[in-house]
Amino acid sequence: MKRIRIDEKYCMGCRLCEVHCIVQHSKTKNILKTYMGEYPKPAPRILVEEKGYITFALQCRHCEDAPCLDACMTGAMYRDKETGAVLCNEDKCVGCWMCIMVCPFGVISRSSDKKIASKCDLCMGEDIPVCVKNCPNEALKYEDSKD
Amino acid sequence: MAKRPTPTEFIVERDKDKCIACQVCVRMCSNDVHIYDADTNTVTSDNSRCVGCHFCETLCPTDAITIKKNESCFKPNANWSASVISDITKQAETGGVILTGMGCDKPYTIYWDHILLNASQVTNPSIDPLREPMELRRYIGRKPDKIELNYNKGKVELKTKLEKQLKLEVPIMFSAMSYGSISLNTCISLAKASHELGIFYNTGEGGLHKSLYKYGKNTIIQIASGRFGVHPEYLKTGAAIEIKIGQGAKPGIGGHLPGEKVSKEVSEARMIPEGTDAISPAPHHDIYSIEDLRQLIYALKEATDYEKPVGVKIAAVHNVVPIASGIARAGADYIAIDGMRGGTGAAPKVIRDNVGIPIEFAIAAVDARLREEGIRTNVSLIAAGGFRSSGDVIKAIALGADAVYIATSALIALGCSQCQKCYTGKCNWGIATQDPYLTKRLNPEIGVQRLKNLIKAWSLEIKDMLGGMGINSIDSLCGNRTHLRGIGLSDRELKILGIKSAGEPQ
Amino acid sequence: MKTLKTEYLIIGNSAAGVACIEGIRKVDKTGSIAVISDENIFNYSRPLISYFLAGKVKKRAMPFRDKKFYSRNNVKLVLGNTAEKLDTKKRIAYLSHGEKVVFNKLLIATGGSPIIPEIKGSRLDGVFAFTKFGDAVAIKDYIKKHYIKHAVVIGGGLIGLKAVEALIELGIKVSIVELADRILSTTFDTKASGIIQDALRKAGCNIFTKNTVAEILSKGEDKKVTSVTLKTRKQVPADLVITAIGVSPNIQLVKNTSISINRGILVDEAMQTNVKDIYAAGDVCEKNIPIWPNAFKQGRIAGENMASGNAEYTGSIAMNSVELCGIPTISIGKTSLEQDKYEILEMRKKEESIYKKIVLENNHIVGCIFVGDIERAGIYTGLIINRVDISNIKDKLLEEDFGVLALPEKYRKHLVGDVGLEV
Ligand SMILES: Cc1cc2nc3c(=O)[nH]c(=O)nc-3n(C[C@H](O)[C@H](O)[C@H](O)COP(=O)(O)OP(=O)(O)OC[C@H]3O[C@@H](n4cnc5c(N)ncnc54)[C@H](O)[C@@H]3O)c2cc1C
Ligand code: SF4
Ligand code: SF4
Repeated sequence: MKRIRIDEKYCMGCRLCEVHCIVQHSKTKNILKTYMGEYPKPAPRILVEEKGYITFALQCRHCEDAPCLDACMTGAMYRDKETGAVLCNEDKCVGCWMCIMVCPFGVISRSSDKKIASKCDLCMGEDIPVCVKNCPNEALKYEDSKD
Repeated sequence: MAKRPTPTEFIVERDKDKCIACQVCVRMCSNDVHIYDADTNTVTSDNSRCVGCHFCETLCPTDAITIKKNESCFKPNANWSASVISDITKQAETGGVILTGMGCDKPYTIYWDHILLNASQVTNPSIDPLREPMELRRYIGRKPDKIELNYNKGKVELKTKLEKQLKLEVPIMFSAMSYGSISLNTCISLAKASHELGIFYNTGEGGLHKSLYKYGKNTIIQIASGRFGVHPEYLKTGAAIEIKIGQGAKPGIGGHLPGEKVSKEVSEARMIPEGTDAISPAPHHDIYSIEDLRQLIYALKEATDYEKPVGVKIAAVHNVVPIASGIARAGADYIAIDGMRGGTGAAPKVIRDNVGIPIEFAIAAVDARLREEGIRTNVSLIAAGGFRSSGDVIKAIALGADAVYIATSALIALGCSQCQKCYTGKCNWGIATQDPYLTKRLNPEIGVQRLKNLIKAWSLEIKDMLGGMGINSIDSLCGNRTHLRGIGLSDRELKILGIKSAGEPQ
Repeated sequence: MKTLKTEYLIIGNSAAGVACIEGIRKVDKTGSIAVISDENIFNYSRPLISYFLAGKVKKRAMPFRDKKFYSRNNVKLVLGNTAEKLDTKKRIAYLSHGEKVVFNKLLIATGGSPIIPEIKGSRLDGVFAFTKFGDAVAIKDYIKKHYIKHAVVIGGGLIGLKAVEALIELGIKVSIVELADRILSTTFDTKASGIIQDALRKAGCNIFTKNTVAEILSKGEDKKVTSVTLKTRKQVPADLVITAIGVSPNIQLVKNTSISINRGILVDEAMQTNVKDIYAAGDVCEKNIPIWPNAFKQGRIAGENMASGNAEYTGSIAMNSVELCGIPTISIGKTSLEQDKYEILEMRKKEESIYKKIVLENNHIVGCIFVGDIERAGIYTGLIINRVDISNIKDKLLEEDFGVLALPEKYRKHLVGDVGLEV
């Protein structure tokens, strides 16, 4: 099972991962059109935390024992059989924010229109999540998880 | 003080149609060139602060940024150029020495570009490196004058005891760059790459950070006039010891690492108090003659049980030939000669640009003299100072070098854009800085890969060129100047280089 | 009499029941499972009934597991049938349609039933409880049929307010009657309640606190409700009344069996009752905080244990998340205690209706309230559940950019385990 590994030591805090995440989850997947033409543009599903020179980019850890799966009352949050990723079915989500309440990493946020939960989907359909692909310093890696 | 013109060197051109105000450039520029305005959601730039490092340009996700040279400036004048005017203006303001980083950028003749290599045709066939073995391995150290063999029941054994040698898989090493002038991540990249390539890197005068001890087998440790970080463990850890007398970028003067760069870790490696300036005196205060040097060489050999080659590094200056001869006689196992285009973390600009001689002359002249004196095999020669390509490397070897040191090209492989601002400590690429915000930008994993790639690429090219000359071992090329021809050079220059002119047959 | 034999029997097909199926199947892929539900819908998410009432969620979106879930997991689903009697010795459940089910292991996940207030008129037409999909459907029909303009909601707790929210959405003028001095008194403090009360009033609600309904009235012989009289004698027009004063565990089935009960069924950490192989989970349990995540987790743990797994329920804290009048709110743990032994951290941005409060006890977070800004609230939940000492980060807890980076290193490491985060 492949997961994103974060290496804080080499995260420069450039937030290119955020930019590419926004684009990936936009309507057009075109960077210029996303930034210049989409209102509101999608919220990034990756959060870059920063304190002085320590920075790292955090996204859903796709927990083995995922509290958000227990908390989700609509069944929108589910585990993908194939990849083991924890995904949110946007058609089912009603925005009750139960998942936000329980995710210990705080990596689920409200979508930019504040209607549904928005979280990392490992860029389903891409070989490598775009944050990993575009990180200029390989601070993010897409690797087989230990289990 | 009243304002005087100091033209900005670069212009940051931002394509408004493409700038998405993502602020990556704003966050990443250590010189604070880019400014975000939240009210208008736009990014603008302060051109005067740009050093032309191209970091923002590299990261900008929409390619909206182009860094351009500022063409406006002054009325064209070959004598009073824009840089001369701004240097004078700056000095009129500050009354101080102008500092710079990296090697001399003056358009002196680069002799490598006036030397051509030979290739085989018909009479001696060339060798295809893809089909036949090619030997790039070199040994650095004193070679015996003659070899005695033992014949024991049909078995041949070497009777002569060989001096310790450094075994290089490729005749290229990473030249001295101290921890302090460069970041730890850069040191780690160099050390680990050397380890994986089977070559050596050089600590410079910065001592050895604790995380680097594990690469000791691929480390040449340096002892300079400041004697920073020298202790028994340090001596024991390296594979060879290098006494640094001089450096090509600033012959005749010492070094100065400003206190701001002396972080806790740097202070530990250098064994000096945190935050104090690290000053290397111009001379070693215990070396005033070849005899003194000999004493230090043997003191070091003694201290390390004659198990490690001891080399001496000097800058290429006018008297390099007799000095090198003296060093050879003083018992050094190798001499590293650093030409005037060698880099530095910080040097007075006037010295960098005006002192010393090119490495091409120095290596040719020294090799020739040592041969004349019959002591060439006593000592290995390492050439340094501005090697840009495998072509430069192979020419240096044909001129007489046993191996070359590269530093600037290694840094360029890591991202360096030759902005020459190393002395500011604000290197955006995380190379010449100790600022933890910047040093993390060089991920050693990437660094190692890039350095390995560079050396691998040059090795392939060297093999191609060797094969073309019909040679299958780099050993056979060393000092073999018949494979070189000069072009566009005066007779005097050809003579010093010891090569014929293009068009002259064997 | 028809007899059904099954390895596992689950009574109740909601959060705990469904989670139990997943728990069993995690361990035992083949053992037969039967699920009994008295409701006639293959499954639905109870908290969604207010969204359904408001028209925000269609009927087909009500299920939280799809129809194939049961066949995929090889589950026999018996709908519209009540388990009426239980023989814990013989391990037989008797159903209302006359069948009996013989089981090896049993989960009781019968949830809770609404408490219907003992008021005159509470059986009139137009008076509803609000806990089942059937309730929501009935209310919806009633509203449509009688062009409802005025409604009274008895109870200003979360379920009551969810009903209020839906009714406002439908353009109905709502009055809320609450016994305590403010709405949401059990989960919120005065300030948070105040913000929501203000927003509700702005949206056109009447709120009567420290008050209750004395009588529900109709006109003459007509059975249809027309108004209510409050304790204070005030008459409030109401052609619809919704009662939401609480739920109590549904223990009808286990009364008079050897299963220990108090208010609810007593269970151990494995979710097992005092009778071996009989488990209980969710709102039916004693001392349980009746929220979805707890029911779900308990159900899953019970399931794993029934299939001879080895899972443990380590307790739960009260928490809830609701969005009212467009203001998202989250409350976790102890929130409305004003005694000395607690230290309170607070942040308030009046203009934006943002309010955050953290309750500390001996340098540990024991409760939080977030109103208006709920981003990253789960980090605090994690700190509560894992009983993390926050003395070193106390001043950071309410900072704008509080996040994982600020957490004590040891806890950060614990959190990430080996999921691959080097922080
Ligand atoms: C309107 C409303 C809104 C809510 N909103 C939230 C919210 O936002 N967040 C939150 O965390 N929680 C919320 N809750 C609470 C949450 O729905 C419950 O905690 C959860 O449903 C409990 O699940 P359970 O499986 O224990 O029981 P229940 O959901 O009560 O299910 C029990 C099932 O068993 C059936 N049953 C009972 N007895 C028998 C029998 N003898 N035979 C057969 N079947 C029987 C019942 O009909 C029912 O279908 C809300 C509840 C309501 C009513
Ligand atoms: S792109 Fe990479 S370096 Fe930049 S913020 Fe994201 S993780 Fe850090
Ligand atoms: S959203 Fe949070 S709780 Fe859910 S899997 Fe991801 S990290 Fe875990």
